[in-house]
Amino acid sequence: MKKQTVVIKNETGLHARPASMLVDEASGYDSDINLVYEGKEVNAKSIMGVMSLGISQDGEVVVQAKGSDEEEAVEAIVKLIESGFGE
Amino acid sequence: MSKHLTGVAASPGVAQAEVLVLEDNVDYEEYSVTDIEAEKERLEDAIQESKVQLEKIKDKVEEEMGAEHAQIFSAHLMAVEDPELIKAVEKKIDEEQVNAEAALDHAIEDFAAKLEALDNEYMQERAGDFRDVGSRILKNLLGLNTLSIAELDHEVILVADDLAPSDTAQIDKNLVKAFATEIGGRTSHTAIMARSMEIPAVVGASEIVDKVETGDQVIVDGLEGKVIIKPTEEEIAEYEKKAEEYQERKERLAQIKDLPAETTDGHQVELVANIGTPDDVEGANANGAEGIGLYRSEFLYMDRDSLPSEEEQFEAYKEVAEKIDGPIVIRTMDIGGDKELPYLDMPEEMNPFLGYRAIRMCLDQPEIFKVQLRAILRASAYGDVKIMYPMISAVEQLREANQILEEVKEELRAEDIDFDDDLEVGMMIEVPAAAMTADILAKEADFFSIGTNDLIQYTTATDRMNEQIANLYQPFHPALLRLIKRVVDAAHAEGNWAGMCGEMAGDKRLAPFLLGVGLDEFSMSAVSIPEVKDQIRGLSLEEAQEIAEKALSYDTAGEVEEYLSQL
Repeated sequence: MKKQTVVIKNETGLHARPASMLVDEASGYDSDINLVYEGKEVNAKSIMGVMSLGISQDGEVVVQAKGSDEEEAVEAIVKLIESGFGE
Repeated sequence: MSKHLTGVAASPGVAQAEVLVLEDNVDYEEYSVTDIEAEKERLEDAIQESKVQLEKIKDKVEEEMGAEHAQIFSAHLMAVEDPELIKAVEKKIDEEQVNAEAALDHAIEDFAAKLEALDNEYMQERAGDFRDVGSRILKNLLGLNTLSIAELDHEVILVADDLAPSDTAQIDKNLVKAFATEIGGRTSHTAIMARSMEIPAVVGASEIVDKVETGDQVIVDGLEGKVIIKPTEEEIAEYEKKAEEYQERKERLAQIKDLPAETTDGHQVELVANIGTPDDVEGANANGAEGIGLYRSEFLYMDRDSLPSEEEQFEAYKEVAEKIDGPIVIRTMDIGGDKELPYLDMPEEMNPFLGYRAIRMCLDQPEIFKVQLRAILRASAYGDVKIMYPMISAVEQLREANQILEEVKEELRAEDIDFDDDLEVGMMIEVPAAAMTADILAKEADFFSIGTNDLIQYTTATDRMNEQIANLYQPFHPALLRLIKRVVDAAHAEGNWAGMCGEMAGDKRLAPFLLGVGLDEFSMSAVSIPEVKDQIRGLSLEEAQEIAEKALSYDTAGEVEEYLSQL
């Protein structure tokens, strides 16, 4: 399993638009991908799961993946979060 | 037999069509199932159907209103196919052996409850989006009509509790013939939107949602505030005649469209329009508006999940400046009160109308304010743009806002970006404190525009959305008439002009009074312009002055209203 911690930069946290972008990205990989935030763990391919975390700005999130493309998946999602989702 | 309901005449015109009731509550029965696999298949089918519908809506909204508005449907599409949702529903079907409807509804509620438990207003509101998606799948499971406003293919009259800004944003004017809603008054969002879209509307028609069903024929009379359910043939004939007369009157008024708003003795005033988006300019031009007296810039900030960029704002302001041949008064954002921006995480307040709103918020967060001022200044290179600050209650605020404006101008000069250095900067008068100190403010503002909706509310201490005390919200109150006169006099003493951009400016009964106290500019919903112009063109300034004097002499709002209504 591959995992990495990353901080949400977006001023408004993980709102609908960035959350959709994250789910969209995660859905492109075969691995099981989870996000862990404040002790809660959800499926990163689930918009309802991701939004129910209510991640706000400066929130620390662990991205973890398990499967054939776990390396690429974690790397791509971390990159997306670090870019501030293009906002 | 037909049924008659009475409400508030919110937008003029008469229309007849089939009803489309917009409702979110779907009734279903919960029962045990034995064929688990068949139940899962039903779920899968309903999900696929929902997906197809949402894709259609998304394409349509994207094509007609742009990608920005369509974004919400991308999120809905994702939610429809959410793997965790499907897993949760299937688990409930497996373990509890209940039908797909019940399993789905419970699963959606579990997710929605999680969002609602978060300490973040924006996320709490997203629970509504998930319920929306759930209700769509549920309707497909039950084989119910899922028609939404964006997928209409025939003429309808929309009936709802109230229409949300996201509903009105999807409306196709060619198919939606009228609105009738259960809540709201003349100044509620639905009413204002209906007037700016020129769709007949009745609001505050109590129990209408229970009394009609999708498919019923109704007549909406936006002239008198009536809704007739299942009209008889006589009634249909009567209303066809009424619609025709209204049409004729409209055409007669259209003939004076390009004539000035001039009294019989040659005194001219300016009749301009209130708009919310660049699309409204079309209606303003069609009704003979000489310019825009109120561009409500806050609409740029609403129904989205982040602040609009400088570029986005600049494009919108520039579009208006280029489309209209006349002055454009852009009001800096009036957020707060009843207009919230969930994404800004604004504090919850006991009295939002007396709270952190409009210029108060802008002065507190100059980084947001500056972006807007830059965009407006840049647009001033393309037309006669003026800036107007809302909710000023003391001269210090005007000074502080002007100071920030100066800083922004300095930045633009340093960057060598074009703008109109002499653009007029004025303010709204909507707080009694501002009206009483208009003489002080007039020395530092280029113009005033009286915002009567709030001024009435603050002067009479009456919440304009509270139906129990609606009779105290009185435009004809002698206090209002005196404040208006005071403000106009104060502006004129400094050689400034004074306008009005509240609902009172578009009330033809008040036009003689306003003309008589010397108001220079009347800004209103575009559809009201022809009637007010007709009224003004039939009077001399001298007559209007006498009427104003007489109106100011009465003791009660009732007497004033009676006097002005019989003119």
